[in-house]
Amino acid sequence: MIALALRNLWRNQRRSSTTLLAMMIGMLSILLFGGYSRTVYYGLETDFVGRSGHLQLQRKDYFWFGSGDPQGYSLHGYKQLVNDIQQDPVLAPLLRVVTPVLQFGGIAGNFDAGLSKLVIVQGVDVTAQNEMRRWNDYQLAITPELHSMNPAAGNEAEIGIGVARMLQLCAQLDVPDCPQPQLSAIDPNTQTLAADIAALAAGQLPSEPATPAKSGAQLELLAASTGGAPNVNRLQINRAVTTGAKELDEVYLAMQLAQAQQLLYGESEERVTALQIQLYHSADLEVARTRLQELISNRWPEQPLEVHDFRTLNPAFGQITGMFAAIFGFITILISAIVLFTVGNTMSMAVLERTVEIGTLRTLGLRRSGIRRLFISEGLLLGLTGALLGTALALLFAALINQAGFTWLPPGNSNPVPITIRLWGEHQMLLGIGLTVVLVATVSAWWPARRAAQQDVVDALRYV
Amino acid sequence: MSLAQLHHLSKTYALGQLRVPALTNISLQLKPACFTVLSGPSGSGKTTLLNLIAGIDRPDQGNIEIAGQSLQRLSDNALTDFRARHIGYIFQNFNLLPVLSAYENIEYPLRLNKTPPVKRRQRVLELLDAVGLADKASHRPNQLSGGQRQRVAIARALVHQPVLVLADEPTANLDSQTGAQIIALMRELQRVQQTAFVFSSHDPQVIASADHLVLLKDGHLLTPEPIREAV
Ligand SMILES: Nc1ncnc2c1ncn2[C@@H]1O[C@H](COP(=O)(O)OP(=O)(O)O)[C@@H](O)[C@H]1O
Ligand SMILES: [Mg+2]
Repeated sequence: MIALALRNLWRNQRRSSTTLLAMMIGMLSILLFGGYSRTVYYGLETDFVGRSGHLQLQRKDYFWFGSGDPQGYSLHGYKQLVNDIQQDPVLAPLLRVVTPVLQFGGIAGNFDAGLSKLVIVQGVDVTAQNEMRRWNDYQLAITPELHSMNPAAGNEAEIGIGVARMLQLCAQLDVPDCPQPQLSAIDPNTQTLAADIAALAAGQLPSEPATPAKSGAQLELLAASTGGAPNVNRLQINRAVTTGAKELDEVYLAMQLAQAQQLLYGESEERVTALQIQLYHSADLEVARTRLQELISNRWPEQPLEVHDFRTLNPAFGQITGMFAAIFGFITILISAIVLFTVGNTMSMAVLERTVEIGTLRTLGLRRSGIRRLFISEGLLLGLTGALLGTALALLFAALINQAGFTWLPPGNSNPVPITIRLWGEHQMLLGIGLTVVLVATVSAWWPARRAAQQDVVDALRYV
Repeated sequence: MSLAQLHHLSKTYALGQLRVPALTNISLQLKPACFTVLSGPSGSGKTTLLNLIAGIDRPDQGNIEIAGQSLQRLSDNALTDFRARHIGYIFQNFNLLPVLSAYENIEYPLRLNKTPPVKRRQRVLELLDAVGLADKASHRPNQLSGGQRQRVAIARALVHQPVLVLADEPTANLDSQTGAQIIALMRELQRVQQTAFVFSSHDPQVIASADHLVLLKDGHLLTPEPIREAV
């Protein structure tokens, strides 16, 4: 049966190869796009997981209201929580990094220029954060963007390029493409505020020691302490970074956790707003989440907690991957329709051409079902060949494109990342698309095959 | 005892609004191991009658019984299986399967009957030899001459040892010399295999070689009963 189908396909080589070519090109476009989507998915995931972990443990409803009241929605006794997580028999083997962060709003001021700016402060453990950023479970050809702060120098910090621009620190921080403002546009009130901070700082901080001028810049950070009183800290800014999003760059300030806690809580009780939890593999996310939820209800009943994953915390991830998935689905449907009509047409022509042959086979004693099977197996074989050749072609093209070394600049990176088509190893996608093509080809052969089988024997034999 | 009995067969074709009576009230008996020739002018209904006997067409009226089996009772699948087992058919245009070799064409009915491979091979080689094409086993139909193709078709019609072989003007597409050879071959195989043959032809050579002659004209039988031979 299969041999017969194969020979029949071989018989009209030109038509079969045209059909195959159409299927191959279709598969090529689906798979190249799919492979590129994978690269984007993995790139985004690596970026988000590297910056904030897979899961975050937060006080209940911090996600909704926390940034309005970081004090009220903070985690108590977080060192115990970290310890519990690290010691947990279920979580420990999955766990790569657990690190606390303290996020709050503040005002950054540049004394000398009389400027100030609202910022969102990330108080982080630099060593742990940098370890998180080295996460590269998908072996992407990227270099992680690490924090520049020296853990030993507690007042070192980083700001977004937008913050640098508005505080006119671009020159000191070597920020390229940084526009200078028209001086007349500056609101005198802002200057007043800056002057106020300066005055406050002058009162609280020791006067500048006469150290040799370091590279980088300095700024004052003002935040409301637990008691409600303003508190000021002088930070040494190493550099300005970009997160990829302009809005974020205009509020971003990362400093070291201990310093941030000092600013907010003084010497008193230490708190954070979240624990960032990074796993070795994203595939373990649900196991880890379930376990954390168990711990929340059984182990840490004294404070209301909840867990969020990086998808929830970064809605952009879902939006971008959703868009790619939609385009991918659309292309797949489009190509499937083309395969459907191409194979359907090929098979219809074959049935028509072989009408007398069908009559002959029926006369010799082949049942209708046998005729049907004959043509369906031709469609199946066509689909199978098309799927295999299409996959091979796509793998070849992917390899060529990957060799060619095109690059792009993804959000949040300052180094260009090579454009890669990730197909090798994506068994699920390759198999899924391959099976889709085989299935569509088989289905499209079904109708002509049925028509062939339903033909009247005598009419078929008389067909000219 | 008769091999096949045809009772009052009628068949009408609709050509648009027109109704064309192809066969009218045909009753006939065919004997086993007998060489019957159906003759008559073109359009007299020879092909139609053969198709009814072969079970690839159904009469509007009347009944056909072959080897005790009444055909009209059979479902499409049962009738198809009946053909595969008991009927051999030789076409005017040979109708070999172009993608199969001579060997595979001859083998095909045995595959349909699920004959075991060893027996299949033995039987195919036997028939290739009988039709004188032992050296052409692997040739495709388009590598064979008309006479050779019809030999393959004859072998294919006989390979599964059917009770009845039907041939619709098998020499019409051959030159007279080749046609004569083909008739001689069929006559001989019919004798050796003891199979009943029904032939349609208006070729005098064929008519001359008949055990029985049945004449058709405008769908009517001219000889009401086949010539009874002394057994
Ligand atoms: N499928 C058909 N549709 C319409 N008319 C047919 C069909 N088959 C045969 N006929 C008509 O029936 C008559 C008998 O045809 P046929 O059996 O082919 O005769 P013969 O084989 O003796 O030439 C002819 O008039 C022919 O036109
Ligand atoms: Mg005819």
